[in-house]
Amino acid sequence: MNSVDFLQWVRGPAFDAAVVIFVLGVIFRLFGILMLGKKPDLAEPRGGEWGPGLRTVLSRSLPDRGTFRREPVTVVAGYVFHIGFFITLFLSAPHIELFHAWFGLRWPALPTPLVDASAVITLLALVFLLAYRLANPVRRFLSGFEDYFVWGVTLLPVLTGYLAYHHLRLPYHALLALHILAVELLLVAFPFTHLMHTFTLFVARWYNGAASGRRGVVS
Amino acid sequence: MPVETTLADSLCAHGISRRGFLKFCTMLASLMALPPSAVPAVAAALEKAKRPSVIWLSFQECTGCTESLTRSAAPTIESLIFNVVSLDYHHTLQAASGEGAEAARHQAMQENWGKYLCVVDGSIPIGNPGYSTIAGVANADMLRETAEGAAAVVAVGSCAAFGGLPYADPNPTGAVPVSELVTDKPIVNVSGCPPIPVVISGVLAHFLIFGGIPELDTLGRPRVFYGQTIHDRCYRRPFYDKGLFARSFDDEGAKRGWCLYTLGCKGPMTYNACATAKWNQGTSFPIEAGHGCIGCSQPNFWDAGGFYQPLSLPTGAVTQTAAYAAAAGAAAGLAAGALYRRHKHARQAVHESVTVDDLEKPDKS
Amino acid sequence: MNTQALTDTAPGTAAVAPRGASLERGRHAFLEEIDAPIASFFSSCVRCGLCAHACLFYTETEDPRYTPIHKLEPLRRMWRQEYTFWGKLAKRVGLAKPVTDDELAAWSELVYDSCTLCGRCSRVCPVGNDIVYMVRRMREGMAAAGHAPAGLVRATRNAILNGSPMGVKLVTLEAQIRHVEKETGLTVPLDQVGAEYLAIFSSMEIVNYPEYIAALTRIFEQAGVTWTISSEAFEATNAGIQIGQSDLAAELLSRIVKAAEKLKVKTVISPECGHAYLALRWEGPNLLKRAYPFQVKHILELLDELRAAGKLRLRDSEDSRLTFHDPCQLVRQGGVVQEPRTLLKLVASDIVEMNETGVMNWCCGGGGGVSAIERAENLRLKAFRRKKTQLDELGVEMLVTACANCRVVLEEGVDAYNMELPMVGLTELLAEHLEERP
Repeated sequence: MNSVDFLQWVRGPAFDAAVVIFVLGVIFRLFGILMLGKKPDLAEPRGGEWGPGLRTVLSRSLPDRGTFRREPVTVVAGYVFHIGFFITLFLSAPHIELFHAWFGLRWPALPTPLVDASAVITLLALVFLLAYRLANPVRRFLSGFEDYFVWGVTLLPVLTGYLAYHHLRLPYHALLALHILAVELLLVAFPFTHLMHTFTLFVARWYNGAASGRRGVVS
Repeated sequence: MPVETTLADSLCAHGISRRGFLKFCTMLASLMALPPSAVPAVAAALEKAKRPSVIWLSFQECTGCTESLTRSAAPTIESLIFNVVSLDYHHTLQAASGEGAEAARHQAMQENWGKYLCVVDGSIPIGNPGYSTIAGVANADMLRETAEGAAAVVAVGSCAAFGGLPYADPNPTGAVPVSELVTDKPIVNVSGCPPIPVVISGVLAHFLIFGGIPELDTLGRPRVFYGQTIHDRCYRRPFYDKGLFARSFDDEGAKRGWCLYTLGCKGPMTYNACATAKWNQGTSFPIEAGHGCIGCSQPNFWDAGGFYQPLSLPTGAVTQTAAYAAAAGAAAGLAAGALYRRHKHARQAVHESVTVDDLEKPDKS
Repeated sequence: MNTQALTDTAPGTAAVAPRGASLERGRHAFLEEIDAPIASFFSSCVRCGLCAHACLFYTETEDPRYTPIHKLEPLRRMWRQEYTFWGKLAKRVGLAKPVTDDELAAWSELVYDSCTLCGRCSRVCPVGNDIVYMVRRMREGMAAAGHAPAGLVRATRNAILNGSPMGVKLVTLEAQIRHVEKETGLTVPLDQVGAEYLAIFSSMEIVNYPEYIAALTRIFEQAGVTWTISSEAFEATNAGIQIGQSDLAAELLSRIVKAAEKLKVKTVISPECGHAYLALRWEGPNLLKRAYPFQVKHILELLDELRAAGKLRLRDSEDSRLTFHDPCQLVRQGGVVQEPRTLLKLVASDIVEMNETGVMNWCCGGGGGVSAIERAENLRLKAFRRKKTQLDELGVEMLVTACANCRVVLEEGVDAYNMELPMVGLTELLAEHLEERP
């Protein structure tokens, strides 16, 4: 198989397979979680569930002041990584073409040098977060194989995308193929790891906020 | 024409001035990434070059490659270079026919054994040798026979280099590129459908000047001509970098000459000199004419997704596949969830009330 | 009360598991408790470690083992191995690490000694994990597996068998009532059918702070509301909630509910005690599997209502510099944040707030049953440094709170660190400032 055959394989059957595993796995997991159910709360409520639940889904994106003061590094590096990753994922022209082909939706792309810069920032944030995970006693203590694995499969698409864009080391089509393969690896790993937090955090935040709301606690 | 005539004599005989010749040498040198100081050396070497024998084999091809080289609007130095090689065998161009033609090939091979250049255009069918024969000889046999005594083989065009159109899925003739059959000779792939004329003549010039083949990339192509992508040298690249794309061939973006990536341009994955050498005496190239690159100098370009499908897109019907996967995931998730739920409820059903005596292990109390 | 029926082993029920605590019963309890929220929480955790910095046991020891989410590790594996496809598969082929008795024994310190169920971690988790919800449920399995600390087991036995975790009997209450009646010159109503409010107490209020009973008597007298104490159910605390044993918690709650129904009160008043409020207000109806025919209010909610209705008339004002310590359960499980501040402003002029307060307050270090665990004393005093730092920053002369347990723990901490800081319950402080009867 030469590198062009390889590109065709990753763009074709491999991509289909990865999407199937991703979509099937994520929905399977979400149903598996929700089907466990929750007993109805018989205590007389002090407030609503839906409003505070949805509010918390948004408000948890902001740290409370104390947490920010005590752990600014985690908070800032976390923000930088997530924002950088989303810019790189959703605002680069070739990616938008992909979403357009999927959902028929299109939005303006960011100029390439900005996407390029955000990819570099995302990579730096990831490297920093790994170093921090190894250096910070709490994080190192909590981390296991899955955490480092997830770090790796998150880094690879950004790194290969960056290399492909700059044609570093390998021809573009080979790097593009590696980039798509890295994305496929991410998609396949997704339902089996805590990458699932991308979706389940909305469920978790909602449950948390709804429970608070019901008790009349501002969240 | 005497056999020992040099290129300089020949050009002179054809009315090409010294100035015109040096201009050609300068262009060749720059294409081959030689420093300007090398131009006199190139000129001197070319002037003294002896006429090597060239045997041109045409297999499963469309003659487009030959057309590219010879059908210029006006006679050019590139085409004239053929006048200085001893083109001893070429279906399309030679006057002889039938057994005389084949005899010419054999004679040229015998006289120049080990020194002649074998140029091939077209792919070779090995599924059934009868699909393409010349004088009753299967292409594969003729190629093996001819290549045996050649100094080097030049595979001109994507068919000879990578299989090209005949090789496209489902490849009904079992077509293969030259490199599949010839393994013991240096092969230069001059890919493209067709290749740029100056690239063909450049490779021949290189052979004349240096007596060998140029440095090749991983696909066997001369690095000097195929070292960069169309995208890297494209004059529309600034629009790509700014995120300005034509969305259709007649929209405002297309009229303003914005990037054609979203219309399926394969420039980013295509290595060729189109954007710099251009076509029709440097007039233009496909992107300049308003159409995206189709990637014709890359292997399997026919099967590399639609010509009008952006490069970043998967080739399968992903949306539909994903919809089926979502349905399957929902069904499986509901089933598994129901199972967990049943287990959990079963556990709750056999819940045994805990008393204060159950707070410690029996041995402890 | 009939404690015999509870402690006797009913014949034939031992079919599932032998009597007494066992790993099997613990695992069984874990699997009964895991629900959709817990599954979504475990699926979401990315091990960012931010919850550590919300936990006073971590901030004061810097021991990563006290990271809140880590305290749930056995529960997480139970979830993975029983309620997820891959976990189940891994378990079947022997790749999953089973939850063992030794492991649970090691986790006892993490789930009990170093967690006051304060719920601060649940409010900082960026993915929204309600960690305290999970710790509360994990204790169900820990208790069933026999890994609850001895101190809590004793308190629970006492509560079930003797009616109070501290062994307070009706005679003690009666003695305190007589004392209060003499001091206030008012009658303390006992077993009065048809009263509007039923007051219940924390044992600590009966034994250590009878001033609370006196304060209630005087405030209700001034407000002109009818109230009563029940001789059958006066204990508000619930060791069953703290140890994490729903059956026993339900038994303790049912005593209050029965008494309230018998006396036909409209409202039961949860005293100045955080977890009693949690137990009675939020867990009770779910443990008893029915809604109450009466309301439950924390005393501060009621006092603020009386104030709003003009039935709480106060005079004079403290001029010493003071601050209010929020009981965790009250702010994070009841949203009672503004009420104590409104009330306090009526009787104090120099009120300062701690740097993190209200729903983001820091625990005293002894909630959730921790104060009943003898082996946790050193750790608890270490954790108290968090509160000490907050108090030192303010330089206050008085500390007001609204939880008898907080008050005991805070007093111990203040003693241990040789701080000078008098403490008072808010209800008591208000009663001191009641307008004289005309």
